[in-house]
Amino acid sequence: MTDFTLWDIARNLLLAARWTLLLSAIAFAGGALVGLLLLVIRIGAWKWARTMVMLYVELFQSTPLLMQLFLVYFGLPRLGIEVSAWLAAAVCLTLYSSAFLTDIWRGSVEAVPRGQWDGSASLGLHYLRQLHLVILPQATRMAIPPTVGFLVQLVKSTALASIVGFHELTKTAQILTNATFQPFVIYGLAALLYFAICYPLTDLSRRMERRLATDTR
Amino acid sequence: MSYQLDFGALVQYLGLFLHGTAVTLGLTVLASVVGIVLGIAGAAASSSKFLWVRRLIAAYVELIRNTPFIVQMFFIFFGLPSMGLRLTALQAAALAMTVNLTAYAIEIIRAGLEAVPVGQGEAARSMGLRILPVFGLIVLPQALANVYPALVGQITITMLESAVVSQIAVVDLTHVADYIQSRNFRSFETYLIITLIYLVLAVLMRRMLAYAGRGLFAGRVR
Repeated sequence: MTDFTLWDIARNLLLAARWTLLLSAIAFAGGALVGLLLLVIRIGAWKWARTMVMLYVELFQSTPLLMQLFLVYFGLPRLGIEVSAWLAAAVCLTLYSSAFLTDIWRGSVEAVPRGQWDGSASLGLHYLRQLHLVILPQATRMAIPPTVGFLVQLVKSTALASIVGFHELTKTAQILTNATFQPFVIYGLAALLYFAICYPLTDLSRRMERRLATDTR
Repeated sequence: MSYQLDFGALVQYLGLFLHGTAVTLGLTVLASVVGIVLGIAGAAASSSKFLWVRRLIAAYVELIRNTPFIVQMFFIFFGLPSMGLRLTALQAAALAMTVNLTAYAIEIIRAGLEAVPVGQGEAARSMGLRILPVFGLIVLPQALANVYPALVGQITITMLESAVVSQIAVVDLTHVADYIQSRNFRSFETYLIITLIYLVLAVLMRRMLAYAGRGLFAGRVR
């Protein structure tokens, strides 16, 4: 058995943290894109489409992310669709984050005073122009702090990708543990790395929230 | 490849489904009750006059809230034995869930306490009530009513997140799914049904807790 020094362990975990970051970034970018699309439908005029988006959000917020992952990774191949761990994790986390982001952003849009809609409509703007020019610029200010807060949840959620064999931080910690039998040190370090990624985001979100609260007072 | 969905193959496992559901719910109830009690204590202590107490609680809350639950659980189950604390999988799962929920409960209840007007406590004190009854009878009920919906949300999240306890071989709902699909190879149907069970549990749990909240805090829950 090769000997692992503490530095070897830390180095391997640090390298693995790149995949955690990359997966988070992909899921956030994809989730933001899908989420924005769903948002436009969710606050739009078609009642049945709004209901569908509401159900979509409810479905993802009321079932375990782990089950969503298992359905895609282990379930879909049974129906003849092969998926890699990478693809399963990226797709699941994208859908998962789109549901949460849509919900967060809907709250921000609804917090924009009704008069802004009426005023922009009276200027002859149609729905998408209203959103683009009047509503979203105002909603964005309110949406940013909780969105950054959600990023923390997303980074932590990527740890579940380890269960379907995606080699990110948590999976690497498991492999290192099996090789070195030092779970205390390794999981402790892994937790610290997650903390190093998440805490600045938590702090940023809190600061922005506070600033927003004083601005609007 | 054409594949025929067959949900009938799952009927024989009804007993296992029920067992898994009971374990998932049991862990959730335990973590919720202990977590909220500790959350109240922690939230009250976050306004302690001792700086080190406030620091300690803040550090605990931040550490738990900024690391994944699965890593916390692995640390407890695999890491703590080397410190001499050996737990069974079920104990480790219960401990991890409680430790996790407590951190969120502290944060939520602290926000609730801050939202109670200072005059409420002061008025009660001026009527001669001692600190503890003022907290327990006047301030805390209002604080809990303030944040009850957030607590219900957090309990539901804990229940859904508990799916990962299957990874240390606790026979919860998810573990039951793994077991069944390894037997009959019907992974799609099995995971779909288990997902639906979680969905029903989450929706029912929210409904029932909201209903209970209306009774508990008659008229005070916003």
